[in-house]
Amino acid sequence: MSGLRVRRIGPLASIQDQGRAGQLQQGVSRGGAADFLALAEGAALLRQDASLAALELAGIGGLFEATGPVRIALTGAPMQTSLDGAALAWNASHQLQAGQRLEIGAPKKGLYGYLHLGGGIASEMLLGARAIHLMSGLGKAVAVGDLLPCGVDRGREVGLGLQAEDRFQGGVLRIVASFQSELFANDVRARFGATAFKRGSRANRRGVEMVSDGAGFTAAGQLKFLSEIIVPGDVQMTGDGKPFVLLREAQTTGGYPRIGTVLPCDLAKVAQAQSGTDLRFCWVSLEEGLAAQAKHDKQVKALPASCRPLLRDPAMMQDLLSHQLISGAVSADANPFDSTDNHSTDTNSGDIT
Amino acid sequence: MGQGAMDFPVIRSAGLDGMLVTFSEALTEPSNRGALAFCDAVKASGWPGVQETSTSLASVYIRFDAETLCHGALKDRLWTLLDQRDWTQAVLPPGRRFWQVPTVYGTDLAPQLGEAAAAAGLSEAEAIESLGSARVRVLTIGFAPGQPYLGPLGAEWNLPRQTELTPRVPTGALVLAISQFVLFATSAPTGWRHVGQTGFQGFQLGSQDPIALRVGDEMVFTPVSKSEYQRACAKDPHFGGASRAEIPA
Repeated sequence: MSGLRVRRIGPLASIQDQGRAGQLQQGVSRGGAADFLALAEGAALLRQDASLAALELAGIGGLFEATGPVRIALTGAPMQTSLDGAALAWNASHQLQAGQRLEIGAPKKGLYGYLHLGGGIASEMLLGARAIHLMSGLGKAVAVGDLLPCGVDRGREVGLGLQAEDRFQGGVLRIVASFQSELFANDVRARFGATAFKRGSRANRRGVEMVSDGAGFTAAGQLKFLSEIIVPGDVQMTGDGKPFVLLREAQTTGGYPRIGTVLPCDLAKVAQAQSGTDLRFCWVSLEEGLAAQAKHDKQVKALPASCRPLLRDPAMMQDLLSHQLISGAVSADANPFDSTDNHSTDTNSGDIT
Repeated sequence: MGQGAMDFPVIRSAGLDGMLVTFSEALTEPSNRGALAFCDAVKASGWPGVQETSTSLASVYIRFDAETLCHGALKDRLWTLLDQRDWTQAVLPPGRRFWQVPTVYGTDLAPQLGEAAAAAGLSEAEAIESLGSARVRVLTIGFAPGQPYLGPLGAEWNLPRQTELTPRVPTGALVLAISQFVLFATSAPTGWRHVGQTGFQGFQLGSQDPIALRVGDEMVFTPVSKSEYQRACAKDPHFGGASRAEIPA
C-alpha cells in the first residue's frame, strides 16, 4: 500500500477528519480538524471528498518518505516545505514518487497545517470517524516510524493551487447570543464586545484562552449552574471570568456559564491564532450570523472551481483569460475571500439586548 | 436569572444551529424524566432538518439544518409538542437496564470518602450505607464518551465541587458532588470527590457495544471489601463483576 512513512514529527500531530457529529447523547464530542476550511481546501486541490482524513500538524512540521507514488496537498497554516530539497508551494497539490522525502517546517503564520493524501489517510475508524481525540481515548498522536496509508486514490490531477482565506492572524470573531447569555448583565455583554483580547497561553484543540486588561466577565450565580450542553464556539467563563472559546473537541457538557457562541465559520480563526494574537468579539444577530455562515458555506462549495494550475501552462491561458472576461472586475490573482465585508467591526453591539 | 424567574419549560437557541428545551433550572427527578420523554418524542416526530437530539440533565438539545428548518418554524413545532402534555409526568422510556456494581468505598482506592461523609454530616459507615443503597439513574451521559451523571442522591449529598482539581482519578472512579455521582469512563482530572472505586469501564473502544450505559439505566453501587473488589476485577476485567438486568417496561 502506498503512503508516507513518518521520519520526524512534532508531539501533537494527529490524523483528523470532520469528526463525529451526532453522538452527543453518548458523551462523544464532535472533534475533528481544528481548521475545517483546510480540510475542504485539501479536498478541492486533490479533487476528492472533504470527509477524507488528513494529517494535522500542530505548530511543528515533520519529515515524510513516500513508500510509493502518492498525491499530496498542503493547506492550513503555511509552512516552509520542500521535496528532496526543492521548495514546494503551499495551498497546492503535488505528486510524490517512491522514496522521495517531504520536509515540512514550522508555520510562518497560524498554527495548524494539513498534509492531505490522495485517497485520504486510510487509518482505523474509531466510533465512525478517523479523527483522533486523545482525551476521549480515541487513537494516538502520530509518531516516528508510523505509516500514513493512502486510501484508494481515484484522482490523478496534481499541480493545482488556490488562494486561501487568511484566517491565521486573528481579527474579529462574530458571536451570537445563546441560551446562557442572559445570565450576564447587559453591560457585561457590551463590554465583552468592546474589549481587545489577545490569545492567551492556554490553548489546545479543546479550547483557547482569551486574555484582556481589566475586569473579568462573570455571570450572577456563576458557580451554581447545572452542567449543560456545550456547542462548539461557546465562550465559557471560568471561575474568575476569563473567557475560553471552546472548539469542536471540547467536552460535551460543562458547568461554567457561556456568554455566547462564535460562528462555526470563524472558529478556524480562533484555532489558528498564535499566542499573543489580537482578537476581538463582535455581537451579531442570529439572522446576521446565519447569513454569514451561509455565505461561508457557499464559498466552501465553490472551492473546487477556484483551484487553478500552479504553472502558467499556455494551454490553460486561454481558459484563464476567458474567465477574466466573463467575471469582469475579478483578476486572476484576486483572493476570492477578500470581500468578506461581514468582518467589519462597526456592527451595533446593542444587538445583544 | 438576571431578568427574574423564568417560566418552565423554556425554549432558547443554542449557538447558530441548535435549540434547547429546558424543563427546570435545578435538577429534579421529574425534569430529567421530562427531558428524556420529550427527546424521544422529538426523535419520533422525524421533522426534516433535525440532525441530532440529545438530553442533558433537565434539557433537550436539538441541532438542525437552519436552511431546511428555520428557527421560528422549529420553535413553533416544539411548543406544539410541549403543549400536548405535562412531560414531567411522563413514564420512563422502555429498554432500560438495571446495573449492580461491586464498589469499594473509601480505603486508598477511593480516598475522599471520609471528607465527603464529614461534609454531609455523616460517619463513614452511615455514608457507605446511604451511598451503597441508593438506586440512581443515568441522568445524562456527557463530558467524555460513555461517562454517566447519576442521581439524584439525597439532599445531604448536595456538596459543592472542590475548589482545587484532583489531578487524576482512574477509570471506574465513583465521584460525587451536587447530589450526583459521576462514574469515570476514562482517567481524568476532576473537581468532584472520589468516594468509591469500581472495575466498571463505561467506554471500551473496539468492543461490540463500546458505550455500555444508556440514559435512563439505573444503577446501585453495592459496597464490597477491597479483596472482593479485586477478585471481581480479575474475573471480569471489563465490568468489575457488575450484573445487568432488563427493567420491565
